[in-house]
Amino acid sequence: MTSLEDKFEESKKLGLQIVRETEDDRLMTLSVGPQHPGSGHFRFTIKVDGDYIVYCDPDPGYVHRGEEKMCEYRNVIQNIPHLERPVIHDSNNITYSYSLAIEELVGIEVPRRGQYIRALASELNRQVYTLYWLAIYGIFLGHSTMFMWPTGDRELFIDLLEALTGARVTHAFNIPGGVRNDIPDGFKDRCVRQVRYFQKRLKEYEDIFYNMPLFRQRTEGVAVLSKEDAVKLGVAGSVVRASGIPYDIRKAEPYDIYNEIDFKVQYMKTGDCFARSYVPFLDMKESCYIIEQLLDKMPQSGEVRAKLQPNPKGPPGEAYRRVESGRGALGYYVVSDGTPKPYRVKISVGSFRNMLALPYLLVGQKLADMPAVYWSLNYWPVEADR
Amino acid sequence: MSTNKDEPEKPAASSPPIPSAAKPPAPAAKPPAPAAAKPASGAQPPKKEPEAPPFEKGLVEEIKKKFGESIKVVFIKPLRIKIQVEPNSIVEVATFLRDSMGFDHAESVGGTDYPKDGQIEVIYHLGSYTREDLGAHILSLTARTSRDDARLPTLINVYKSVEYHERETFEMLGVYFEGHPRNDRFLLPEDWADIPPLRKDFRIKGR
Repeated sequence: MTSLEDKFEESKKLGLQIVRETEDDRLMTLSVGPQHPGSGHFRFTIKVDGDYIVYCDPDPGYVHRGEEKMCEYRNVIQNIPHLERPVIHDSNNITYSYSLAIEELVGIEVPRRGQYIRALASELNRQVYTLYWLAIYGIFLGHSTMFMWPTGDRELFIDLLEALTGARVTHAFNIPGGVRNDIPDGFKDRCVRQVRYFQKRLKEYEDIFYNMPLFRQRTEGVAVLSKEDAVKLGVAGSVVRASGIPYDIRKAEPYDIYNEIDFKVQYMKTGDCFARSYVPFLDMKESCYIIEQLLDKMPQSGEVRAKLQPNPKGPPGEAYRRVESGRGALGYYVVSDGTPKPYRVKISVGSFRNMLALPYLLVGQKLADMPAVYWSLNYWPVEADR
Repeated sequence: MSTNKDEPEKPAASSPPIPSAAKPPAPAAKPPAPAAAKPASGAQPPKKEPEAPPFEKGLVEEIKKKFGESIKVVFIKPLRIKIQVEPNSIVEVATFLRDSMGFDHAESVGGTDYPKDGQIEVIYHLGSYTREDLGAHILSLTARTSRDDARLPTLINVYKSVEYHERETFEMLGVYFEGHPRNDRFLLPEDWADIPPLRKDFRIKGR
């Protein structure tokens, strides 16, 4: 009985060329993105051994725009329209914390009605973002209905925001000092009606998607992120809440009028793909209640915006303010040197933080689970790149 | 996460410090901030400085008790503390903050270029998930390094969460993090051949 080694030696004597398989031959390197819709303008390299992912290296930057540098060339108000570009589906939230930081630096007092309206706009906008995310999550798990329904229902909120701000996605509505304009006549009734309808729809989402056995099988127990690791990796938003940490900036550090609103922080303890996809859904449910409360508690009249000098500027100093966006804590670190232009603006986004969990979670998973894991991180590439 | 402080005075979560007043970093009875492009103490605003809140003060006392005068407290504001340390002690301080104070993750790492001082300030915004009373707080840990030879020890062994942030800071500001496994290209194009873009001497073309 000749062993493989003997055969190998023998073939050498005969002058035959036999190439032995090495580790590298078994691994295949795949580049996911940046133009493939499955990753959304974000590239990550993975290596697969058969069906299993054994290596993952994110390579962001495909849509890097230099937002932080651009901020240094513009006045604080001029920065608003371009700062919302990184995540146009959630444009009210990304300008919200910027406004808070500028208000702290310049010393602006926002009228109460203005605070309510911008909280309302941000809640509506968070729904728009989460529905868009849910549509993508649905289609990448092969569920076409879950692509169509949220995309359609998203129009409910887009219409509301259009009535409120005049634009469908890029609103430039939150500005330092309040909001750009007051709410139109009859907005409250329309808003309540559409939100009530949406609440009914959410039940149907649950039936057709979250309770579907196929979806459960594909997500439950997949890519578990434990509580300790979630803290260690410093992930944000729905990802950290899915791992059993009830951390929501609206509760932890209530900004504007959120301390007057009654709501619960939604979280789950399992930390798998299912929890990460279900927590945003629970957030949407809770957000409907918040919207109704905001409409009820809003002062009926009053200013919506503080009067500002043409080029608002404050004394030198710095501020770090956060809000809860659709993808978790969204912070702005703004340094001012006393001129109307910010000296330095650093945007800290949940997407960028959640990216760190991607290689951690992906390694060891099957290639077929890659979309389920990747999109469960609530990752928005354009926002992470800034 | 043990604390020997039992501060009954928790900064009321119901009163966020929204527009209390524009206040420049308050050198609260401590050595003034790095004399620099930073808060000119000459530009004293007309309003008087609000007293530093007791809970934040307690946290700072705790740090000062451990490290003494090597820690510079830049300001104490409601929910926000900024301290500055020497580069060679930053790992030690960060370890203490993580193990004894409960600041368990870094939310963001950024840097600011101060060409007038010839320095770059790297700032770590540390937050806490595990300690509920610190949920609203951000502790800013900063260190300054010279612009010409910008080097700092990495905090990756203390806070895993800084990995990508430090990489970003490396390419955007050119601060080399000693001990970081990958000081290389991250967000910028692969063929980027210019100075780090967030340095002040980098100008956007045409501006």
